[in-house]
Amino acid sequence: MTLLSLQGLTKAYPGVVANDNVSFEIGRGEIHALLGENGAGKSTLVKTIYGLVNPDAGSMLLEGAAFAPPEPRAARKAGVAMVFQHFSLFDALNVAENIALGMENPPPLQDVAEQVREVSDQYGLPLDPSRVVGDLSAGERQRVEIIRCLLQDPKLLIMDEPTSVLTPQEVTILFETLRKLASEGTSILYISHKLEEIRALCDHATVLRMGHVVGECDPSQTSAREMAELMVGAVLQVPEKPDKPAGNVALTLTGLSAPAPHEFGTALRDISLTVRRGEVLGVGGVAGNGQDELVAALSGEMRVSSGMVRMGDDDIGHMPPNARRALGLCAAPEERNGHAAAPDMTLIENALLTGNVRKELSSRGFLKWDRARDFAAEIIEKFDVRTPSAGSTARSLSGGNLQKFVIGREILQDPDVLIINQPTWGVDASAAASIRQAILDLAVAGAAVILISQDLDELMEIADQFSALNEGRMSDPRPAKGLTIDEIGLMLGGSHDMEVSHVDA
Amino acid sequence: MDLSSINPILLLASLMVAATPILLAAIGELIVERAGVLNLGVEGMMITGAVCGFVVAVSTGSPWLGFIGAAVGGAFLALLFGILTQYLLSNQVATGLALTLFGLGLSALIGQGYIGIKAPSFPDWHIPLLGDIPIIGPIVFQHDPMVYVGLILVAATWWFLHKTQGGLVLRAVGENHDAAHALGYKVTRIRILAIMFGGACAGLGGAYLSLVRVPQWTEGMTAGAGWIALAIVVFAGWKPWRLLLGAYLFGGMTVLQLNLQAAGLAIPVEYLSMSPYIATIVVLVIMSAGRAPRSLGRIFHASR
Repeated sequence: MTLLSLQGLTKAYPGVVANDNVSFEIGRGEIHALLGENGAGKSTLVKTIYGLVNPDAGSMLLEGAAFAPPEPRAARKAGVAMVFQHFSLFDALNVAENIALGMENPPPLQDVAEQVREVSDQYGLPLDPSRVVGDLSAGERQRVEIIRCLLQDPKLLIMDEPTSVLTPQEVTILFETLRKLASEGTSILYISHKLEEIRALCDHATVLRMGHVVGECDPSQTSAREMAELMVGAVLQVPEKPDKPAGNVALTLTGLSAPAPHEFGTALRDISLTVRRGEVLGVGGVAGNGQDELVAALSGEMRVSSGMVRMGDDDIGHMPPNARRALGLCAAPEERNGHAAAPDMTLIENALLTGNVRKELSSRGFLKWDRARDFAAEIIEKFDVRTPSAGSTARSLSGGNLQKFVIGREILQDPDVLIINQPTWGVDASAAASIRQAILDLAVAGAAVILISQDLDELMEIADQFSALNEGRMSDPRPAKGLTIDEIGLMLGGSHDMEVSHVDA
Repeated sequence: MDLSSINPILLLASLMVAATPILLAAIGELIVERAGVLNLGVEGMMITGAVCGFVVAVSTGSPWLGFIGAAVGGAFLALLFGILTQYLLSNQVATGLALTLFGLGLSALIGQGYIGIKAPSFPDWHIPLLGDIPIIGPIVFQHDPMVYVGLILVAATWWFLHKTQGGLVLRAVGENHDAAHALGYKVTRIRILAIMFGGACAGLGGAYLSLVRVPQWTEGMTAGAGWIALAIVVFAGWKPWRLLLGAYLFGGMTVLQLNLQAAGLAIPVEYLSMSPYIATIVVLVIMSAGRAPRSLGRIFHASR
């Protein structure tokens, strides 16, 4: 039986048609996947269903009746709930207050708290209503969003990239919750890049490309590769990892410890490891376990005591970032806008900001704009950054394109040691594949790479050694080949939150 | 020097009166900033309120109507700021500073014919029973009604922010306007309303100066009270009760240093005049633990 039927939805923005004549149906109690690259029009489509965007043409039917929500309030009233990709939470407010904000006519806060406890028990989503959201982990924050939706007793639950921040165990919990909901008759529209998850979870998939529906399939009967190629519209390149012997030790950490740099930070505790030339060390771990601090200590944003960080024979622990760059250590932090790149500056200026030292883009304090321009153009060309010109601001690029630019900028400086945090976060499949390939190529050329990522598939795909961060401690690296998901889960400190979170079937 | 000329009861009683203009303006600005808007035009809205209140009170003979006129005048000027920053997306800092200069000029223009006139009197209340209590009575319960309006506003603001749905939404808008928008709240409309409330409160604060404290109209009579109100909001960590403390501290120091000047204390007058500003800032900095609303001063644009 059909719950929601979309008929010929079209929405154009100046210069792009985000949705062009999109039609499909979502059945009652069905877990329906919506697949597509960045910019394929998924967000516009779900925003239309949720009432944030009004379509130019086309119509929707909810349970056979015309459905055209002018605003989210109307959509929620009709039984449509949405869990956002970028959490729409308020850090300074507590869980109950956050949830009350998403409700129509919320009862007094004590009652909200009571309902939260009830629903969190019922669906195995542990959550304390009185905690301040700013202190919660990514998984817990997502639970706040999900419970906020569940309290409205929705007919259709829209989930936008829900698993990108979760540990494998948290993903398992989420999937059990979603299956339980579907079995109770709630339909779920599930948006993701992660094809294996869609294959494991979804009953039906609709694939979007450039605003068009290009195909539908039963994910359990279709291989991930076929779906990816449907999404991209071309044959997908899987990164190749040639076998090569590791070279000399490039970077040594000896008992690296540092206090938390700010109130919500994590202290680094006694991290010791070596990375060899030609080797990719993958660092897994749930966000907030010291990833940012590790990057800061390695890149030089955070100075540490002498002897803790060595590059070859040089002690670099006390050096600032530019001195480390001069020695051949480059870093690409996670946050693209505002950390890895200055959002309101042009790509040329951004290229100059980190490339200055190694590419000699200035002399005696005067900038060499023509060389900077050439460097930016080289990054744009070699890393297929889609931008009108090198003079565009970093902010105007899509996330994936800016990510390619940031990674390309560091790789083209020809570093001996490269530190990267979350290189493919929010990047679509084909761009992610090309970024991974570029990282591998750099390693093959003889650089040591430390790759920090939340994406285990990515780590398994390109890392030689795997290690996990947990509360600022790092496990001993193990060869990535042959590690099972369970072993990795344990290395990540996998018992995290597991005691209370099983669903009582 | 004769310290015995200072009457402690009178001193404490005038503290509440001295603090009221700043308290009124600050509580309005607190709401504005909790909604995520930084309006630096408090001084301009105060002085506009002062002149509007004075003109209305003199022409109608009713101080109450004067206060209403002041609130309307302040809110009107604030609405101008709101339209510029919320709809035309102008920079809040620059617009706020311009609003102060504009308000100072506008008030001088409006008030031209009113210099040297005395405002209609606004008698103190003598609250029955409570006002008769020795010592406490004259300190707390024998003031003009606006003193209590200020106190009620502080309590009402706290109650609104923490106990009502509207207050929760207002805090949410100030904390993360993109998320509030995604949930379907009208960020711009809520902010415009908050800005107008802030303007009305600043207007009341200004009118308290021209109708009660002084009570007559002179150009530039707010003399920086709006800036102190702004500072108190920040140092009070955007919390209403701390704001009350800050305003009373400032009022108390102002009254005390005036008394000390009158008593002929052997400290240069300039130091005494400085003392309320220094003391307020030092105390509030020491106890400051507040966190600014995350979206404070950021321009909101509902993008696709």
